[in-house]
Amino acid sequence: MLTIQEIMETITMVQEEHLDIRTITMGINLRDCADADPRAACRKIYDKITRLAGNLVPVGEKIAREYGIPIVNKRISVTPISIVAESSQADDYLIFAETLDRAADAVGVNFIGGFSALVHKGITGGDAKLLRSIPAALAGTERVCASVNVATTKAGINMDAVALMGRIIKDVASRTADRDGLGCAKLVVFANVPEDNPFMAGAFHGVGEPESVLNVGVSGPGVVKRAVEKVKGSDFGTLAETVKKTAFKITRMGELVGRTAAERLGVPFGIVDISLAPTPAVGDSVAEILEAMGLERCGTHGTTAALALLNDAVKKGGAMASSYVGGLSGAFIPVSEDAGMIRAVEEGALHLDKLEAMTCVCSVGLDMIAVPGDTGAETIAAIIADEVAIGMINQKTTAVRIIPAPGKHVGDYVEFGGLLGRAPVMPVHRFSAADFVKRGGRIPAPIHSLSN
Amino acid sequence: MKYLNTEKEQGKRIIITVIGPDRVGIIAGVTGILAANDINILDISQTIMQEFLVMVLIADMEKSKIDLSTLKDNLSSKGEELGVRIDAQHEDAFKFMHRL
Repeated sequence: MLTIQEIMETITMVQEEHLDIRTITMGINLRDCADADPRAACRKIYDKITRLAGNLVPVGEKIAREYGIPIVNKRISVTPISIVAESSQADDYLIFAETLDRAADAVGVNFIGGFSALVHKGITGGDAKLLRSIPAALAGTERVCASVNVATTKAGINMDAVALMGRIIKDVASRTADRDGLGCAKLVVFANVPEDNPFMAGAFHGVGEPESVLNVGVSGPGVVKRAVEKVKGSDFGTLAETVKKTAFKITRMGELVGRTAAERLGVPFGIVDISLAPTPAVGDSVAEILEAMGLERCGTHGTTAALALLNDAVKKGGAMASSYVGGLSGAFIPVSEDAGMIRAVEEGALHLDKLEAMTCVCSVGLDMIAVPGDTGAETIAAIIADEVAIGMINQKTTAVRIIPAPGKHVGDYVEFGGLLGRAPVMPVHRFSAADFVKRGGRIPAPIHSLSN
Repeated sequence: MKYLNTEKEQGKRIIITVIGPDRVGIIAGVTGILAANDINILDISQTIMQEFLVMVLIADMEKSKIDLSTLKDNLSSKGEELGVRIDAQHEDAFKFMHRL
């Protein structure tokens, strides 16, 4: 029999510490929707998404009520559109983005991911058309998210694609200038992208995935923070143990919700992504966990070590709690979506270089970072190159989601609202990397012996 | 899904929590709704936490004709009447987190 303390612990996690299921994301294969006639392809895509995901939102809402845990987002990821659209005669893939947007609207999900291309070794005809269509797609739709994988540990870095992404990001920002460059918040550039990630904006349904699948992303920085506060002054063994136990409990909720949702929707359960995903709400911050460990401000010396401990303990606890862990699985450190990160930037404690160092030991990368609007495409490409190099060498996923905010300068703010939050514009280095980026070609895959 | 407590094996057990300032009639209010809907109470315990009454009831909905959603609405409006917060959740939400 459960004890009253255990029951109250769960209730407190949800009511006071912001425990929630961040997303249940249905992955849908669209490869069978390919057609020489782009309009026929789009019709098949719309029909398939609305047929398979028609019940996603009501099922999610019912489960949330029964278990008393909020499921914040219900989302859809699809096969990278570059693959689906490649055999069509269309030159411009905007029509595919618009179809995804309509389908997402019809089933009531707030984001649909998969306007994507995998170009880590080279760019096919379909990839090139998709990349060219990204600015219009992100400016012209509301719910569509795009992602591009430009590097892997096995293939190296496609620097042509990196340079191109620098220009695409600038274009997306200028086309959504009236909304502070919001389009860039829906575009992620990856190294070693996972094929089963449920979190936006980087979610897509990978080619090794089944026909359809249900993946879950848990959250809970607030719960971890409260647990860490309770072991103030204790040694690192106790600290790591506390985080592990807490991550275990959080992940069990994800496992329960994921399995129940998959069963009710009649699709296989995929994975639980055990990432700590912050929200702009006070107390739901990864930065505040690091500060609760004993750092005066996130970003000061010791931050990388604290994050390494946190990330590893979350993985150890989470892996025990779920039969299948996947996706990004680590701690997210998005600036605009984390009140503690925003404060650290405002107070001068946290800079881009430290964030880059932090991404060496946690999941994802430079996430939701606003930089001045006059930052050049080559500089953005160089920032991407640095970040994907970390992923390539360390055999991990890294990503860049950066917003060169049109007309904004250091000290200004971009305001996206909702889960995307607000971000202070951060300075970038003023010395040029243009000649480096312009070389073109690929950075070769790294050697993995002789490791020092 | 076998290792989840399926409704067939375990009945449909729910956990009802009441949190708020103590007053006359809370137990009567909650149990009245349960009895009226053929919901059997298996266990009741209560304690005081931070000056608030915390009451937990474990109950079985198997014979009930209403679903959990409707019950939640009924309990919630009773809670408003009594000035306390009443919620009902499926037992698995707790068991899955605290028991292996």
